[in-house]
Amino acid sequence: MENAFGQPQNVVVLGGTSDIARAIALELVRTRTREVVLAGRKPDELAAAARELVLAGATSTAVVTFDAEDPSKATQCVSSAFDQIAGPVDLVIIAVGAMGDQDSDENDAVASARMITVNFTWPVAALAEIRRRLVAQGSGRILVISSVAAIRVRRASYLYSGAKAGLDRLCEGLADSLEGTGVSLQILRPGFVRTKMTTGLKEAPFSTDPDAVARDVIKGLATSHRVITSPHILVYLFAILRHLPAPLWKKINESR
Amino acid sequence: MPREILYGWGRTSPSAANLENPSSQAQVEALLHSSDATLARGLGRSYGDAAQLAGGLVLSNRLLGGISPIDGAGVVTVGAGISIDELLTVAMPQGWFVPVTPGTRHVTIGGAIAADVHGKNHHLDGSFSRHVTALRLVTPTGTHDLTPATHHDLFWATMGGMGLTGVVTQATLQLIPIRSDHVLVTTMRFDTLDEIMAEMLAHDDDFRYSVAWVDCMTRGRSMGRGILTRGDHAPSGTTPVAPRGARLTVPFTAPSGLLNSLTVRAFNELWFRSSPRHREAEPQGIGAFFHPLDGVNSWNRLYGRRGFVQYQFAVPDEAGDSVRTAIEKLSSSHVPSFLAVLKRFGPGNPGPLSFPIPGWTLALDLPVGPAKLPGLLNELDELVLASGGRVYLAKDSRLDAATAHAMYPRLEDFRRIKESVDPEGLITSDLARRLNLLGK
Ligand SMILES: Cc1cc2nc3c(=O)[nH]c(=O)nc-3n(C[C@H](O)[C@H](O)[C@H](O)COP(=O)(O)OP(=O)(O)OC[C@H]3O[C@@H](n4cnc5c(N)ncnc54)[C@H](O)[C@@H]3O)c2cc1C
Repeated sequence: MENAFGQPQNVVVLGGTSDIARAIALELVRTRTREVVLAGRKPDELAAAARELVLAGATSTAVVTFDAEDPSKATQCVSSAFDQIAGPVDLVIIAVGAMGDQDSDENDAVASARMITVNFTWPVAALAEIRRRLVAQGSGRILVISSVAAIRVRRASYLYSGAKAGLDRLCEGLADSLEGTGVSLQILRPGFVRTKMTTGLKEAPFSTDPDAVARDVIKGLATSHRVITSPHILVYLFAILRHLPAPLWKKINESR
Repeated sequence: MPREILYGWGRTSPSAANLENPSSQAQVEALLHSSDATLARGLGRSYGDAAQLAGGLVLSNRLLGGISPIDGAGVVTVGAGISIDELLTVAMPQGWFVPVTPGTRHVTIGGAIAADVHGKNHHLDGSFSRHVTALRLVTPTGTHDLTPATHHDLFWATMGGMGLTGVVTQATLQLIPIRSDHVLVTTMRFDTLDEIMAEMLAHDDDFRYSVAWVDCMTRGRSMGRGILTRGDHAPSGTTPVAPRGARLTVPFTAPSGLLNSLTVRAFNELWFRSSPRHREAEPQGIGAFFHPLDGVNSWNRLYGRRGFVQYQFAVPDEAGDSVRTAIEKLSSSHVPSFLAVLKRFGPGNPGPLSFPIPGWTLALDLPVGPAKLPGLLNELDELVLASGGRVYLAKDSRLDAATAHAMYPRLEDFRRIKESVDPEGLITSDLARRLNLLGK
């Protein structure tokens, strides 16, 4: 069970090899978490991530593989992940996602659809099963990794940001639907995080690294805030950016 | 079945459960057989998750009522859902008082047994269990009338067993006679913790009731300054009257952060200055003396949405220094803390999970929020454990399993006794899951 500070005893991570998810899982294990289930695509990378957690103090880790391009198997993935944990599941992190290659994807129907499947459809399918299980259990928390890019979609990454925007908005309604169930959902909106997913991309202002995001998550879990923004300052920046007139918004994005 | 969100008094980790209100032993038995996870609940005055069971069946004890006539020796049998407040309303006009009361009278007899609560008189009178002569316990394998003589193990495992041995439906208590509704209180104000502790060691045994309030927000010379109040029931006085109802209610949940270091420090300062340096045998109403916080309903909501934790530990006399170290750690960390309550404990009892051990106990109220609080409390756990002490489960909401097991070395005895009446572990709680108390 989660303690008074929102620190979970066990965690299921979907998208367990993402750099941000790895950093969060590590920080959780350093604070309190003992059992971790990592679900992802590549068994060897999952195993490496699991080893890292054991070294940090996790007493039990398990890995589950799945393919985020196939939402029809999302339920199955969630069940096998939950089955690895004996009691109630305290925290589920949804870190599934792909940056894609905007320039080539934007004129390719299949690739465009794939971006939506991986970043939006699969997570939504998984959330349906997670929601069902946690509500039955009467407790638990969901952390969905969105992005500040979801606040206002940029030309340079509209497939990725657009899919995240869909997920982010949907999760606001999903979070409301959990009122009175004992379950809660929080949306993590990191800024530009230096990870393997973003190598080669131009850094945005206030860029950060996975460890700093992980620390903000630990703080955020102790609150009931709907949205955790990391770094926090981006809340103010995006409050402005979000309402910029379109021409100005375009100009800012072109200049970068 | 309708789900309800259940909170502890600290309002930190709520969970949803199916709530039922059985009004008879037969109903309790039937409900127990209908579910594979069940827990009893009283008035929810435990601070953490002791009275919660996510996704399970929670049986409110509130309709398990009834107060028998009090016999000439002060013996009374009450339903487990009767609160101390309700019992006093009946007993005080007849000249009887509860042998042990916690700092609020809004706890049920079932809750008082499950936590084996202590009061300001523990150093002389022990905890609640010492005054319970019999109780009825419904377990998944049968219903038992327990006395310490006939069912030694199960009786004591239930005392302090945090509801995990079964559902108590009624209990027989030995009340104490009083001649007035007043307490004669001696108040002494001290500028340092050492002086308070020395005075308590030297003279607590001269008073039935004793408690010290310590300021944890001042550093330097006046670190641990505080006020010691001690007393006993007045020999005779005005005609006994029923306790007054609460006067104020906090109607909303305050914004988190309202209670920050500044406001708490100001409060502590005011309170310290307004107390007399020394006053002898001043008559005080029973309510003001035993249950000062009951004057404000729902005061826990002042701590805001994130809620608060209470950290209460006990350490043996040899480790009295740990009290000072704990207060030092707290005051140097700038974590806001309301007045801490310091008490002396007398001998413990055979209950494997009963909290009190002879020595000192300190309780701290801490708002959730400061990022360093979780780590600070982990450090205090280590200090307490190294001192041979333990943390009070009825107040806990953040301990980890390994530490809890080390603090309660008789947990194995407890598990064995529990398994004898509940082999499948059908009775459990969020607390039991968090601390792996059942070893399943
Ligand atoms: C302001 C305040 C001051 C306090 N001061 C003190 C103090 O001075 N000393 C002290 O010892 N404690 C103190 N406490 C703690 C309180 O006394 C205990 O937590 C007590 O258990 C609360 O009783 P409750 O009826 O609210 O039970 P709940 O909090 O609802 O439940 C507590 C436990 O009792 C079990 N339980 C309840 N009913 C039954 C039953 N019928 N059968 C079996 N198990 C049952 C529950 O399963 C749970 O494990 C204080 C609490 C507050 C809020």
